[in-house]
Amino acid sequence: MEALLSLAVKAIFVENMALAFFLGMCTFLAVSKKIGTAIGLGISVTLVQAITVPANNIILTYLLKPGALAWAGFPDVDLTFLGLISYIGVIAAMVQILEMILDKYFPPLYNALGVFLPLITVNCAIMGGSLFMVERDYNLAESSVYGVASGLGWALAITAMAGVREKLKYSDIPDGLQGLGITFISAGLMAMAFMSFSGVKL
Amino acid sequence: MAQTYRNMLVDPMVDNNPITLQVLGICSALAVTSSLQVAMVMAIAVTLVTAFSSMFISVIRNQIPSSIRIIVQMIIIASLVIVVDQVLKAYAYEISKTLSVFVGLIITNCIVMGRAEAFAMKNPPVASFVDGIGNGMGYGLILMLVGFIRELFGSGSIFGVTILETVNNGGWYVPNGLLLLPPSAFFVIGLLIWAFRSWKPEQVEEREYRIQTVESH
Repeated sequence: MEALLSLAVKAIFVENMALAFFLGMCTFLAVSKKIGTAIGLGISVTLVQAITVPANNIILTYLLKPGALAWAGFPDVDLTFLGLISYIGVIAAMVQILEMILDKYFPPLYNALGVFLPLITVNCAIMGGSLFMVERDYNLAESSVYGVASGLGWALAITAMAGVREKLKYSDIPDGLQGLGITFISAGLMAMAFMSFSGVKL
Repeated sequence: MAQTYRNMLVDPMVDNNPITLQVLGICSALAVTSSLQVAMVMAIAVTLVTAFSSMFISVIRNQIPSSIRIIVQMIIIASLVIVVDQVLKAYAYEISKTLSVFVGLIITNCIVMGRAEAFAMKNPPVASFVDGIGNGMGYGLILMLVGFIRELFGSGSIFGVTILETVNNGGWYVPNGLLLLPPSAFFVIGLLIWAFRSWKPEQVEEREYRIQTVESH
């Protein structure tokens, strides 16, 4: 239990998806102009992340790992090279299913998320979550916790960034730095602030 | 025609750079640039994947039903990335370890997807291939620039060869450790964008609010 808790804290703060590994940067920079949309996107990423990381973990354990197909009578088969294509397939399918479910049963949430849901398929934070899960050999419980926590960490970062940018647009910035340039620099300062969490030991 | 192909290659380098202007493919640009060698491998991999995926998608562009085109594009890109991943594991294992998840993340790199969607779906194969190479090289250019700055000032070397002798090895240069840490990538790219836009003022973004200057009496 304690190990899972420390994994969660680590995934949210110390190894923040957006600010320590730069995953999901495209959307992080493009959709962080308003706090409202940033929160909506953050929630959808957390949702998708919470479903896809454990789902990919199950696929890895029962279909792809060397010897994983023993239950079907193929103990020598190693399908790990198919990993990338299966993960992206799962992610695309999950996003599609989530979109349909939300559309049918939770129309207000669906309307609020709008165009962001399909965009999540190509968000590197989602794919990155699954790949880190593979690389670090998480089991099912760990990967569920990691999925939720890394999604939350990303949501936290994009919301904070949107807050900074809402204030930033009133300031007098040199012409060349206007827009993208100053956003990079403020993201860098935020990343430095988040680095101070790296001393936290649980 | 030769002229247009040349334009397609040169345009994405400065005038329409994927990173500084189109804001695509930032993730890997930040993460893999702490050393020049890794940045170069990544740049080559992305260029090849972009070029070939654009070409293949363009070959079958008239057969793809538009409702499932994203999935088809994804599968083509993912297959190419698997090839790159396997080749790297076989011939450059050390670099493949350093790149870790970022090779896999080429799949979700917006440049590849963006060029497939915006260019390859509407243009013939050869033009798409050239466009892919051009955009990959524009991306590579920024990657190498950032990698160069970070490695030279962060650890005093280029491609692992010592240029500035560091204090620890009896030299004179005190390396700037910040440049090896993740946040520095943000600063370096931010400043590069500033430099690019001062050079090409037409790329400057419009202000949302302008501060009013008070007339003095």
